[in-house]
Amino acid sequence: MSPLHKLGRWIGEHLVLALGLLVLVYMFVPIAIVALMSFNDPTSRNVYKFDGFTLHNWLNPCEPAGMCSSVVRSVEIGLLATLVATILGTLAAFALVRHRFAGRGPLNTLIILPMAAPEIVLGSSMLALFVSAGFGGKLGFWTIFIAHVTFCLSFVIITVRARLSGLDDNLEQAAMDLYATENQTFWRVTFPLVFPGILGAALLSFSLSFDDFIITNLNAGQTVTFPMYVWGVAQRGIPMQVNVIGTAMFLIAVTIVLGSELARRRQARAAVASFVRNVDAA
Amino acid sequence: MTHQPQEALVEPDAVGLGPSGEDTTPPPPVKTRGGRFTGYWLMLPGALWLAVFFLVPFYSLIAMSLYDPEGSALTGYDMTWHFANYVDAIQSYWRPLLRSFWYAALATLGCFFLGYVLAYAIAFKAGRWKNLMLVLVIAPFFTSFLIRTLSWKLILADDGWIVNTLQALQILGPDGRLLATSFAVVMGLTYNFLPFMVLPLFASLDKIDNRLIEAAGDLYASPARGFFKVTLPLSMPGVVAGTLLTFIPAAGDYINSELLGSPNQRMIGNVIQNLFTNQGDYAAAGALSMTLMIIITIGVVLYIRRAGTEDLV
Repeated sequence: MSPLHKLGRWIGEHLVLALGLLVLVYMFVPIAIVALMSFNDPTSRNVYKFDGFTLHNWLNPCEPAGMCSSVVRSVEIGLLATLVATILGTLAAFALVRHRFAGRGPLNTLIILPMAAPEIVLGSSMLALFVSAGFGGKLGFWTIFIAHVTFCLSFVIITVRARLSGLDDNLEQAAMDLYATENQTFWRVTFPLVFPGILGAALLSFSLSFDDFIITNLNAGQTVTFPMYVWGVAQRGIPMQVNVIGTAMFLIAVTIVLGSELARRRQARAAVASFVRNVDAA
Repeated sequence: MTHQPQEALVEPDAVGLGPSGEDTTPPPPVKTRGGRFTGYWLMLPGALWLAVFFLVPFYSLIAMSLYDPEGSALTGYDMTWHFANYVDAIQSYWRPLLRSFWYAALATLGCFFLGYVLAYAIAFKAGRWKNLMLVLVIAPFFTSFLIRTLSWKLILADDGWIVNTLQALQILGPDGRLLATSFAVVMGLTYNFLPFMVLPLFASLDKIDNRLIEAAGDLYASPARGFFKVTLPLSMPGVVAGTLLTFIPAAGDYINSELLGSPNQRMIGNVIQNLFTNQGDYAAAGALSMTLMIIITIGVVLYIRRAGTEDLV
């Protein structure tokens, strides 16, 4: 191997990984700043400087007027929208993967479109409907809810569909061969296997709903969600507690994701272990 | 829109986020259980929801864009097929419209270079850390979009250490700033949409059979040549999906230009939002919204044609 090739190999082995890690670090810079600022003790109106360390913000998260109620409202809308989108989306995913019926093709297209349109267009089209249906003055909780279900629905269908079509149908065949009825097969084999996909879809849906600003702002009327609260105070100077909420959200989500990953690994290990035991016993 | 077999359009790739052109695997065996109409009943609620709250709104938006601009949000509008709304809106706002596409293109390019490096590192170099790195790509998502963007405002601030360092190195003039410039806005867009690029790129790269790359090396291709002749072409579905998933939302975004830019960096989203919520000029806002959608649709169709995955359109 020529020295040039060696150099090429070495770069390929190390430089790319190093650069990749650098990009990853770049993605976390703002998160680190948010976490740091959640301990900030600002001495002036200039809230863009770290002036001193304090636990005050974490101990009094609800101090800024209206912030916690906006968080509660976002959670309520997020849970409700997630529930409806997950149910409708899971049913639709089963229909699309497991059943052949007229219109499957166009329906598959219809599902991608809400994700393919820019949010501002999706939001303004929904506003156009509400206004022309005479709901222009009644924008609020329910119009936000409707908008959120609409954009979450596509993501749920696609996530669950991916899980469902990746399923090995030998498992179901086996259950049927062992005289399980259709119902038993579904609830004992199919559903538990698809469940992680449904759970993932629900988590995704909740975080999309909780974080959405563009569509919500158009359809919210006087109702204030958490992103809208942040937007409102961004002009005047953000209370440090906003950083507390941001950091807490990050920690909760990462805990859930890492926790489920660990649980999955433990389950896999346990399955392998019991398989080995059974083989040994035989 | 579709004259190709419908199936090709929608088979999801591993991430399930985007259209991936090359996937021609036949659909999984479809088992019809229960009654003949079970499929319809399962699909009905979701399809009905999308029809009422996605298709009908779209029709309403088209109608609204043709309203008589003399009306107002309070007194109501008359439907007069006022196509002049489009001409007026484009004449008044062609600058932010053009700027949106320019910024989105730059951000997509930035995402492509950063995203490719990261996706490549995860797919080929991460080894047993692959899953962890993927989780880390998505993790910043969990902190609100707005809070993350505001955080950049702090990092790029006028007396922040980045600006001070750049001034000391004389890369930036003594009065130079990063905040409220187009650089800040494009940087913000690049940052916010990077995961949308990384995930589809990773899905494509991860599928590549390593033996093909080794074969290129065995045939005396340099690593660079092997990359450009084998790896890059095979990752094209991910490139197409990734660029679409970053470009489209970036073109419609107004959070970055509002928080990190100044009125000189206003994008079309800012204009539409402002027309709707502050000025109540629904007809003009509707026309601009439709214009954005039409340009994007034409652009996407042309792009996919050129990128060589025709079965998408």
